[in-house]
Amino acid sequence: MTDVTNQQHTREAQMGDYFALMKPRVMQLVVFTALVGLLVAPVSVNPFIAFVAVLCIAVGAGASGALNMWWDADIDAIMKRTVNRPIPSGAVQPGEALGIGVTLSVFAVVLLFLATNALAAGLLAFTIFFYAVIYSMWLKRSTPQNIVIGGAAGAFPPMIGWAVATGSVSLESVLMFALIFMWTPPHFWALALFVKSDYGDAGVPMLTETHGRDVTRKHILAYCLPLVAVAFGLGFTSIGGPFYLLVAVVLNVWFLRGCYAIWTRTDADSEADKHAVERRTFVVSIYYLFGHFGALLVEALLRTYGLTQWAGW
Amino acid sequence: MALKVEHELHNRRRGRNWGVGLLLLALIGIVFGLTVVKVLGLSDITQMERFDHVARPQLEPGALEAAEKRAAEQAAQRAAEEGEP
Repeated sequence: MTDVTNQQHTREAQMGDYFALMKPRVMQLVVFTALVGLLVAPVSVNPFIAFVAVLCIAVGAGASGALNMWWDADIDAIMKRTVNRPIPSGAVQPGEALGIGVTLSVFAVVLLFLATNALAAGLLAFTIFFYAVIYSMWLKRSTPQNIVIGGAAGAFPPMIGWAVATGSVSLESVLMFALIFMWTPPHFWALALFVKSDYGDAGVPMLTETHGRDVTRKHILAYCLPLVAVAFGLGFTSIGGPFYLLVAVVLNVWFLRGCYAIWTRTDADSEADKHAVERRTFVVSIYYLFGHFGALLVEALLRTYGLTQWAGW
Repeated sequence: MALKVEHELHNRRRGRNWGVGLLLLALIGIVFGLTVVKVLGLSDITQMERFDHVARPQLEPGALEAAEKRAAEQAAQRAAEEGEP
């Protein structure tokens, strides 16, 4: 990590600054997918324990975000998108972020272990380690595939939610993991195609800059195809069903069309319409993920009330 | 001398202090709630049924097997008695 302590301590840090260290927008996805993983599991959990479990997963994700901001403070200070983060803006000292990250990581893992089971706590500990060490410290600055491998950290929450309820890892939870894992690259690369980034100035190898935009377009489609297979595969497990498959057909056709369109376009086409297709596909990718997990939740509700009989499922 | 000494720092850090206070209260609430749920066994519905003053032999470990064994012995005894001349 480069020394950023020469930053002036410009203003008093407020609670909001410490909260911003925890990347609250990323936390939304973590909370939602962990909750779905927990609720679709075949074992019911006491509502208070479920609440504490999801809180621990969210705090663990936030802690890894704080560790990431501590480590990346030097490059955050260079990039326009991140220059106002609490450390480069001078509101929070790097040491404070490290302290908060480590403390909250330990707190989240220990409380999750006490509230639920060792497997769930172990998976949470591994997720924090993966994001803070494997992704932030190692992969992010060394390979353009950083997003692909780092995406695993964001894919663990539904698996942890499932482990909270069942105490095990199963095909269903592995496929939920795979859905987010395969979705992350096309989602971020679609964004990278229309956002003017300064990752290059910061020395972070992004695929668009190391291999070019045409290669990125190919990669988007290449990752979308196995993603479709995973999405449909999930529909034939115990947590899938006719409603999920119906939603999956719509969302996959929609997203695949977008990825195909991105692949067939050239940069000149893209510039001409101000990256309209890339922007639309990025938005669709957000609906895609929330739609699939929302459909799994609806399937669980239908099963609870015995309403899956209508399709002979 | 004033009983309440106000320092400029107190005002500057008021928001942070309230935030830390509320977080500590929330932590107490979580630990208390978890203790209640874990100690009373609220996560397992059979633990609640156990104390409803109704005999639930099936809830006792090994009770079902013991009852089946007893029933089998009684049936065998009856069969033996009926078979006697």
